[in-house]
Amino acid sequence: MSNSIIKIENMNKWFGDFQVLKDINLEVEANKKIVVCGPSGSGKSTLIRCINRLEEHQKGKIIVDGNELTEDTKDIESIRANVGMVFQQFNLFPHLSILDNCTLAPIWVKKMPKKEAEELALKQLKQVQIDDQANKFPGQLSGGQQQRCAIARALCMQPKIMLFDEPTSALDPEMIKEVLDAMVNLAKAGMTMIVVTHEMGFAKEVADEVIFMDEGMIVERAETKEFFASPKSDRTKLFLSQIL
Amino acid sequence: MNKFNLLKPDSSNLYKYIYTGSFLFFISTLDVFLNSFFAINITSFLPNFISFILPLVLGLFGLYLIRIEFSGIKSLDLLNKNINTNNFNAFLSLIIIFVVIKSIPPVMSWFILDANITGDTKDACTGTGACWTYIKIWLRRFIYGMYPNAEQWRINLSFISLLALGSVGYFATEKLKKYLTLYYVVIYPFIAFLFIFFFISGGPVFFEFSYGIIAFSISLIIGFFIPKKFKTWYFLLIPIILYISLKYFFFYEESIDLGKLNGLNWVETGAWGGLSLTFIVSFFCLIFCFPVGMFLALGRRSEMPTIRYISIGFIEFWRGVPLITVLFMSSVMFPMFLPEDFFMDKLVRVIIAISLFEAAYVAEVIRGGLQALPRGQYDAAKSLGMDYWKMHILVILPQALKLVIPGIANTFLALVKDTPLIFVVGLLELVGMLNLAKTNPEWLGYAMEGYVFAAIIFWIICYAMSKYSYNLELKYKTER
Repeated sequence: MSNSIIKIENMNKWFGDFQVLKDINLEVEANKKIVVCGPSGSGKSTLIRCINRLEEHQKGKIIVDGNELTEDTKDIESIRANVGMVFQQFNLFPHLSILDNCTLAPIWVKKMPKKEAEELALKQLKQVQIDDQANKFPGQLSGGQQQRCAIARALCMQPKIMLFDEPTSALDPEMIKEVLDAMVNLAKAGMTMIVVTHEMGFAKEVADEVIFMDEGMIVERAETKEFFASPKSDRTKLFLSQIL
Repeated sequence: MNKFNLLKPDSSNLYKYIYTGSFLFFISTLDVFLNSFFAINITSFLPNFISFILPLVLGLFGLYLIRIEFSGIKSLDLLNKNINTNNFNAFLSLIIIFVVIKSIPPVMSWFILDANITGDTKDACTGTGACWTYIKIWLRRFIYGMYPNAEQWRINLSFISLLALGSVGYFATEKLKKYLTLYYVVIYPFIAFLFIFFFISGGPVFFEFSYGIIAFSISLIIGFFIPKKFKTWYFLLIPIILYISLKYFFFYEESIDLGKLNGLNWVETGAWGGLSLTFIVSFFCLIFCFPVGMFLALGRRSEMPTIRYISIGFIEFWRGVPLITVLFMSSVMFPMFLPEDFFMDKLVRVIIAISLFEAAYVAEVIRGGLQALPRGQYDAAKSLGMDYWKMHILVILPQALKLVIPGIANTFLALVKDTPLIFVVGLLELVGMLNLAKTNPEWLGYAMEGYVFAAIIFWIICYAMSKYSYNLELKYKTER
């Protein structure tokens, strides 16, 4: 595939003696939405953390947007700037207001003029419907609002790829919907997304493909409809029967 | 209605108990009060021991009677909850009240009633209390040390100007606010240094400057021919290099009279002293030890082994030696290792020594703050494309420093209170001057007054600092 934006070949990763990822091969085309699911401890989070090198892999190749991630990748920062990430625990900067959270990186990393950065931030905050909270601090918002702010913050860097690491797992049930709505809107706008989640409803609605991982391996990768209608491996069937 | 039983207070006969209890409590404190203030013993008709123990017994019984739960009277409930929850606490409360009452008269009489402040000599101190005359006469020395009387206006003026310049932050407009950090971290200390170097120290001021002016002019002229790309580096480095080479290698001193304007009289640092020296040493040590400590803290957490081990070695070395040794080394051993014509003032050496010493402590305090931050903050900053320095300056340090404000304040207070130790190198700040004054043959025997005075001054300084740190905490509090 020529236009694959992320390319992972035979990637292996160990934490000490424990192998978390085994022979991962994955290609993601631009504008595709991939959902990664699987039981906890199966290496899903580690996989997507490897994509922007928050974790280092020991073997194999990861190529993001034409740049291979290796130990001597000089400009890892500029690659990360093109890969937005949303975390399970939001990880907003508690000492900054919502607006400053969103403008911080554009101003200091992308050298954007302050005014322009604020306009962009307000636009992104409006997209996720928290522009009225812009001057509050993260501690004053609900979990759902914080997570939407985290999405807006990542989008302010105008990334090519968005990674979501269980974005709804730390939220109350009624807040999950508002975050998922924001993600659905983002997907419809054509963003390349890799989403680690247990929200199968979301997967069915927006995902192009679903990846099922277990014990550090990709067990199954299929088109969304096919994945839910006729899973091939027994492990996937078992997982789906438990989660649906 | 319940019968009035003296031994079982309850809320049905509330007021009877309250009145009896309060009366007994009042009698017991009155007894102690009269005893302590007027030396009258209203229970002198009783045997000695009973007379001694009586206020306690009466007070305890009184407190027992008013210990009524849910009386409905707010102040009584509050009182019971705080000092009168059970017999043991009532006992402790009574003891504390008695001790306070007992200690007021002697303290008052020593400080004020029997104290002397008039007169100019020791003979004026006739009372049994404190001799504040001593403090009054020596006050100049306590504040200015051996600084010549005629020149003390220079210290006053410097400190007043610096205070005025320091309060700029309160009046800064919204537009200038963003430059405040730069001002306080870089410009203000520099101004303070200039004040102290040229004003308090004095000496032929412009002599030093002449090299600077020559270096600057030469570099400016050459600067026109330097490509734009290198200009920042050029202007950062070349003037300094030129200055140093002019000063130390060309020995222009004889041939250039350009800058030989005599400024204020030179006052050597050995003559500085008293409270003003306390301020100077504390101020510069605080300013220097903080950034050094911050870099050490980051260095100790660095992934590069060289930097990490250097930081660890540095921190553990300075934390492992007593301050008094460090000061001694800085003044006695250090000059031996220097080239002969290289001279560094004693005060400068002391300030550097204390700064490095405290920096090790500050480093560990800040490291505590760094470790308290969740890993997610690092992840988030990295995922937004920030490099190491941006991540630390914009995200990590602001949060970590906010967390460690109490710890930093702790270290800084300790630093201020450590400054008297500079007496080992012959610099006499406030406490050093006190020690000198108390050995003056004309004023023997007034050490107590001096130490009380020093204690009060230090307490005021430290309390102000701790209040300030608390205000900072509140100011940067963004949690719910």
